Amino acid sequence: MSENTENKSCVVPIGPYHPLQEEPEFFKLHVDGEKVVGIDIEIGYNHRGIEKISEAKHYDQGIFAVERICGICSTSHPFAYCNAVEDLAGIELPERARYIRTLVGELERIHSHLLWLGLAGHFLGYNTVWMWSWKYREPVLDIFEKISGNRQHYSMFKIGGVRRDILAEDIPWIEKELDALIKAVEMFKGAVMDDPVILARTKNIGVLTAKDIKDYGGVGPLARASGVDIDIRRDNPYAAYNLVDWKVQTFQGGDIFAKAVVRILETLESIKIIQQCLVRLKTVTGPIDLKIKEIPAGEGIGRHEAPRGEVFHYVRGDKTNRPTRHKIRAPSYVNVATNEKAVIGYDISDALIVLAAVDPCYCCTERVSVVDAEKGTALYTGNDLIRLSQEKTKKLKERIF
Amino acid sequence: MSFTVDALTKSLNVFHAACSPCNNCDIEILDALTPRYDLERFGIQLVGSIRHADVLLVTGAVNKKVVHRIKALYEQAPKPIIVIANGSCACSEILFRDSYNTCGPLDKIIPVDLYIPGCPPRPEAIIAGVVKLLNAVRAKDKK
Repeated sequence: MSENTENKSCVVPIGPYHPLQEEPEFFKLHVDGEKVVGIDIEIGYNHRGIEKISEAKHYDQGIFAVERICGICSTSHPFAYCNAVEDLAGIELPERARYIRTLVGELERIHSHLLWLGLAGHFLGYNTVWMWSWKYREPVLDIFEKISGNRQHYSMFKIGGVRRDILAEDIPWIEKELDALIKAVEMFKGAVMDDPVILARTKNIGVLTAKDIKDYGGVGPLARASGVDIDIRRDNPYAAYNLVDWKVQTFQGGDIFAKAVVRILETLESIKIIQQCLVRLKTVTGPIDLKIKEIPAGEGIGRHEAPRGEVFHYVRGDKTNRPTRHKIRAPSYVNVATNEKAVIGYDISDALIVLAAVDPCYCCTERVSVVDAEKGTALYTGNDLIRLSQEKTKKLKERIF
Repeated sequence: MSFTVDALTKSLNVFHAACSPCNNCDIEILDALTPRYDLERFGIQLVGSIRHADVLLVTGAVNKKVVHRIKALYEQAPKPIIVIANGSCACSEILFRDSYNTCGPLDKIIPVDLYIPGCPPRPEAIIAGVVKLLNAVRAKDKK
């Protein structure tokens, strides 16, 4: 930030609390009039020292610790952690466990993408989209409850397999729920792609080019929306991703519209993967886990394509029952940094949706105030900011219809 | 029933403070507002400022960076305020009690009226907890 702009600009602090959801993060928007000219990002409100806690737990307990890193990705972290420990110990999974793992991972992607879609709708002033997509998310949680006993934090994974089997009598019911979900997602696909107001609010807003993504190391749907064709599930297959038929979804443009479309297409692709897994589970028999007696000394890495991008775990063991080092890199950490590129130059009323489009599920709706840098007085509150965004949609609606 | 308690226990305005949670509790709180559970039909809604709140709903194991802020929130709240510790982290910190960066369960920092355990508590559990608390507050006032 140069001295010149600092004199001119006001600072809009967003956060650290946004009571709507998710981890507290602090964004400082520097604005000149309506234009955003700079952004500072401060994180750390959520630091609980999980890497250190995990090093004090044995390998099986570690899964429960990493599960609690993030509630939305509560299978992604165990997935990557199990991959890392299995890489370290050289374990080959039984086939049935591979399909169950894939199925749980993809169900999580559906619930995460629907959750994002709802919140994005809310920030655009479309509360209907929020309520609908959360309503259609409930069947996914029901499926989770059926197969694992809990709506969130499923604890399905263990080193060398999965904890619970999927019963044959549950499979027809799960298939029926998924068929109903396809219709809902298709309806959303039509709603997002055809609605003129959503188009006006999201087209050419928060654009990230493929070069920006590579510069910042962006991953996941964010990268795929800019035409960067990366996906760990295809590039470095694990579990059953090389045994089922599916495609990586990419889209050109890099704006918020592209990010929404990529997520919706991925949801449909995930349903396709789950349906194939269910068909295979009817015929594939065998154990769902292996009895692991000892984890040798050595290093292992595990990766998984979480709903937000690549999550990376590194584990080093010394032949005891707990890791000596456990390193975690979550996708949001790199993706949040891209906000620096995406938000600058756009209106402050677009800032919320641009920051939300990264899907750290970030959207500070409350506890926001705009401060006049010279006088130090508060001009806007958090609700004003969300009102600004919703008013913009309203104005557009009047102009279009 | 006194006027204050009567006003406090109707149409709860909830301020939700996420103190280093894993988001699951936060999602389930939002879930309770969406169509399947639909708490908004009872006038229960999230508000943007602690100064408008009847309830301070806290999730997560409070860490060092957040502890001053949650104290400040409690001080700024209009009294009487109902404080709810939502989820096992806020109630007892579960596995985060060994962490170097957390500051004890919520009741060591501010007074807590209601504990809703669970990891995460289901929306039904949150609703049941709030109903029990409201009945308790009213019963206490009658005495």
